[in-house]
Amino acid sequence: MEAIIFYILAAVAVVGALLLVSLRNPLSGAFALVSALVSLAGIFALLNAEFVFILQVLVYAGAIMVLIIFTIMLLNLNKEELREAPVSPIRLVVTIGLCAACAFGVMKAFGNIPYLQGEIAEGFGSIESVGALMLSDFLYPFEVISLVLLVAVVGVVLLAKKAI
Amino acid sequence: MIVDYLIVTGKAVFIWGFALSLLPLLIWFERKGAAFIQDRAGPNRAAILGIRLAGIIHNIADVVKLMMKEMMIPPHVNRLYFQVAPLIGFTFILAAFAVIPWADTLIVKGREITMQVADLNTGILYVLAITSLNVYGIVLAGWSSNNKFALMGGLRSTAQMISYEIPLGLAIVGIFMVFGTVQLNEIVRGQGELLFGILPKWGIFIQPLGCILFIVAAFAETNRNPFDLPEGESEIVAGYHVEYSGMRFALFYMGEYVAIVLSSAMIATLFFGGWQVPYFPTEKLVLTADTWLKVLLGAGGVGALLFAALMFFFSARVRGRFGDLREQEGNVLGVIHVLIGGAMLFFFSRTFGLELPDWGARTVAAVVQVSSFVGKTLFFCWFFIWVRWSLPRFRYDQLMRLGWKNMIPLAFANVFITGLIVLLIDRM
Repeated sequence: MEAIIFYILAAVAVVGALLLVSLRNPLSGAFALVSALVSLAGIFALLNAEFVFILQVLVYAGAIMVLIIFTIMLLNLNKEELREAPVSPIRLVVTIGLCAACAFGVMKAFGNIPYLQGEIAEGFGSIESVGALMLSDFLYPFEVISLVLLVAVVGVVLLAKKAI
Repeated sequence: MIVDYLIVTGKAVFIWGFALSLLPLLIWFERKGAAFIQDRAGPNRAAILGIRLAGIIHNIADVVKLMMKEMMIPPHVNRLYFQVAPLIGFTFILAAFAVIPWADTLIVKGREITMQVADLNTGILYVLAITSLNVYGIVLAGWSSNNKFALMGGLRSTAQMISYEIPLGLAIVGIFMVFGTVQLNEIVRGQGELLFGILPKWGIFIQPLGCILFIVAAFAETNRNPFDLPEGESEIVAGYHVEYSGMRFALFYMGEYVAIVLSSAMIATLFFGGWQVPYFPTEKLVLTADTWLKVLLGAGGVGALLFAALMFFFSARVRGRFGDLREQEGNVLGVIHVLIGGAMLFFFSRTFGLELPDWGARTVAAVVQVSSFVGKTLFFCWFFIWVRWSLPRFRYDQLMRLGWKNMIPLAFANVFITGLIVLLIDRM
């Protein structure tokens, strides 16, 4: 049962990602990405990571994608501006090479993860356990990320101010 | 095993049935409420054999009209998205009802029945996540209509929903801190205690600022007045649903009211004790169940009889005014209510000397709690309508300023102060 759900979700995620890069209409592409993100969230839920599941839906599908769609609608591109991008052989080779290198690295990394056995711990993936981890073991990265976000916000304000 | 499936199906059917059957009532509320506030009579013409039910029959006329209407697809729209958009909004909103608790866990003959469809650990975050997907319906409708007013409506509503999701989420962080959980049933249970021995420990008393912020943000999230800029008849015709007709339009219309029911239920659950009856925690309710049964049946019976008397009086007053079946409406309703009241009083008389079994007492307690929750939800539904007909619409820049410059800082302040107080109380 779990395997069936996993394969359905994985298929939707992959198809969504492919559609995102192949569809001409930007809004259709955005919705393909939404479906990919939501099915990724479903895979997180299958892994017992409830909190990540909720965040994936709430932040990525519910907020960030809405902003992207907002931008697409604001730009309101017409058909002439959406012409076919020329596919040069060099680009194609470089892209395929990069993808292959990535895939190889990920496979290697997965091979080195010690295989987890037995039951998962009580409360794994719940809000309490994620919060406790984030504010104890991962406090330093957490603070650094919030600093990075702050810098980004300040940068955006600066750029926007200049335009006005 | 099969009983479990039946129970879950029953709960889902009951909750969706409740949410959907509340729609005609809410539309009636809206029309009669508007009429009451503007000092006029409101809808009172549609009738079936003289029965008007003070305007409720108008809803049936509406539904028939909407169903008969052609669902126009204008030639310039994006057909696929145009047809999918109304479904999206409606589906997500209905799915969000799954985690709302209706009563304390009911124990019948050793079987525990949680009175919510799904008791998720992520509780309220699930509602936030699902309702945040709801905006896609409006965005798609606005964009696919290929019409500048519709697009503007879609843009406005996207900006508004994104902006107000932040104070909405931050306003309930204080509640999480105080009760130490995000599960709705646990939050409601936590609200059953007493504060200083007199006040019920409801969200509004311990998180007044959070409550106000949440209610305001909920108004913006449901696109209701004073935040109904996505529709803004005077500026952008009807916003995102300007190209829709027939049942597709009806889906948007119904979606708005389902969103009101959902928001009201959330406000009642988080800040007004949910299913808690003030001063009567579940165990006390179970112990006093026979009294509650008597009160429910007795008050219901007497109320029905009084209503019947009012109806007979009404019928007598309009005699000779219409010259048709409408004069008899009061009599018909009166007779029905006499029968209902009589039946209730009959059962009331039979409750004396009746020994309630444990499951019976618990069921009565659950009924009382469900009534408490439904009562609070209905009050907030009325509150939504009340505000709509009392306040004018915001201007767009005012809306954004309120959201980003006033509500978000206030919500942050609320989080910090609550955290400080929770820490101090823990230290003591």
